Amino acid sequence: MNFEEYRAKPLLETCGVAVPASELVWDADAAEVAAARIGKCVVKAQVPTGKRGKAGGIKLAATSEEAKAHAQAILGMEIDGHRVEKLLIEAQVPIAQELYVAVLNDVASKNPLILFSMMGGMDVEEVAETDPEAMRKIPVDITKGFDLSSAQRALEGCGLGEMQAAVADVLVKLYRAYRDRDAELLEINPLVLTDNGQVVALDCKLTIDDSAAPRQAELVEQAAPELMTALELKAHEAGLKYIALGGSVGVLANGAGLTMTSMDAITHYGGEPANFLEIGGEAYTKSKIALSILLENTDIRSLLVNFCGAFARTDVMTEGLVAAWKDLAPDIPIFFTIHGTGEDEAVKIVREELGLEPFDLMDDAVKAAVAAAAEAA
Amino acid sequence: MIVRKEHKVLVQGITGKQGTFWTKAMQDYGTSVVAGVNPRKAGTEHLEVPVYACAVDAARDTPIDVSVMFIPPMAAKAAAIDACEAGVKMLVCLTEHIPAHDVMEMHAAAAANAVRIVGPNTAGVVTPGECFVGIMPAFNANVFRPGEIGVISRSGSLGTLVSLNLTQSGFGQSAFYGVGGDPMIGTTSRDALEILDADARTKAVVLCGEIGGSAEESAAEYAAEMSKPVVAFIAGRASPPGKKMGHAGAIVSGSSGAYGAKRAALEAVGVSVADVPSQIPVLLKEGLDRKAA
Repeated sequence: MNFEEYRAKPLLETCGVAVPASELVWDADAAEVAAARIGKCVVKAQVPTGKRGKAGGIKLAATSEEAKAHAQAILGMEIDGHRVEKLLIEAQVPIAQELYVAVLNDVASKNPLILFSMMGGMDVEEVAETDPEAMRKIPVDITKGFDLSSAQRALEGCGLGEMQAAVADVLVKLYRAYRDRDAELLEINPLVLTDNGQVVALDCKLTIDDSAAPRQAELVEQAAPELMTALELKAHEAGLKYIALGGSVGVLANGAGLTMTSMDAITHYGGEPANFLEIGGEAYTKSKIALSILLENTDIRSLLVNFCGAFARTDVMTEGLVAAWKDLAPDIPIFFTIHGTGEDEAVKIVREELGLEPFDLMDDAVKAAVAAAAEAA
Repeated sequence: MIVRKEHKVLVQGITGKQGTFWTKAMQDYGTSVVAGVNPRKAGTEHLEVPVYACAVDAARDTPIDVSVMFIPPMAAKAAAIDACEAGVKMLVCLTEHIPAHDVMEMHAAAAANAVRIVGPNTAGVVTPGECFVGIMPAFNANVFRPGEIGVISRSGSLGTLVSLNLTQSGFGQSAFYGVGGDPMIGTTSRDALEILDADARTKAVVLCGEIGGSAEESAAEYAAEMSKPVVAFIAGRASPPGKKMGHAGAIVSGSSGAYGAKRAALEAVGVSVADVPSQIPVLLKEGLDRKAA
């Protein structure tokens, strides 16, 4: 789950990290009113992507008239696929130094990792690549946590001077927020030191672990909607993962690995997969809804069904699928290859109900599906 | 370690629907299931084995080598820590969608107690002809039969297909190691390669990878030192970047996790990479023949 800045920043405030005063607005007139109240401000597009600055979605305004003009320009822009529909009007702060901080799940150490740099700002990814020394990596043992003395030690020699204690305090608070909220990534870029000695978060990028949604219910409601096509959304609501791919050979398989492999095989034999759609794991009883989603894609010319049952029982998947197939009676050919748990029963269902013979080799089923799609084109 | 029929297995969540179905399948196949866990049914028997309130209690009564968890995601951390504290050697964690912070705590507990975690999000391990632990169709003779090929897979369904392809071509498996589709797993493909390299029954290894992460690159480093032939297949060549392909670990972001880099890393150390799984047996024969020559 990703969050827009205006949703993420109040979370920082609740854990004691300072953020500038701001107001959320939906149109240019409201932006002008808010700017009149706030004074010198920044007009910021609210979309869940890190490319706002470079795309022209963040502009400084000295007056409320200027804020209104910027708002008119930014509203309706498309940034990284997201249409800008709302803006944050945020007070400017007197910046003495821009820092970078991130707390994230580190796959390599299977522990949290804090990243810190004195070179905050827009091009921090480039800093990390060109000058790795400038990005300090602070490993954290998840069982021990991260306290003030650890933070102080980690910041030694950075050149923060008398601000070191205040920054260390913010690091501890950010780590706490990361842990409490089940974050995958909590990134502040920039975290600024102001002329008057404050530490303020000017931006906040927050990604929460989808798997933690059941215990982060209040955050789920605030998450930015994912960019999905109508079909992807429909599948999502049914608890299925569907990705449209643009080809003509439909894919229905169980398990992520087998589904990707089916797509690879279609490509290898000269076809183009129409979709990724898997009904493995706990979803193995959902073949009916899965089929109806697949068939809504009008570019499909043939369907490959590749079941290799382990946990997912092929007889259960096949029974549901065959019933749905007879129900929906689509006008495209279907090709089966079925192995693993429940195989004998599943093959029998296909033979008896559809009068079809499943292919023993996946390759043969794929070749047949690719040939049928080419013929229909 | 490779599970053997002598290993004593505990099933956490034994009384549930899936726990019951798969425990019975494991018992029928030859796995030595000695106890189960369900806090609400402690003191009873299920499938002819005693049920305990926790793994620590079970371990007090009977030696346990391996535990397997049929436990929902939100309860997985507590169950895994319980198993680690019970002193099992190996913990097979089938659960998918465990919160990442919990997974990190599980790995910390495993490290502190010298426990090998397989998974999370694995389909388990199979030693054909002896036993299996998890949710693989070990009992399907078209898919698994005893032999000399070690199989490593991030995905259970792909591992099933590849094992089937091997069996269809006259090969059998010495061991199947499902390492899991999650990004933070306890036993990596590289670790499994090392285990199979040390196994006397294994003559060659098939590595089934996926896009995302760097497990295949890391496995390639180890494969470079191996004398046993290694053949690989990497799923996801036709997958678009930036999308999680079902598994939390299967995502290409930027240049990291891409198909091309994985294939290049493996080929650079002499691992043959198949374009489709059906090529694997052919490449294996070539590798074994080269070695014999």
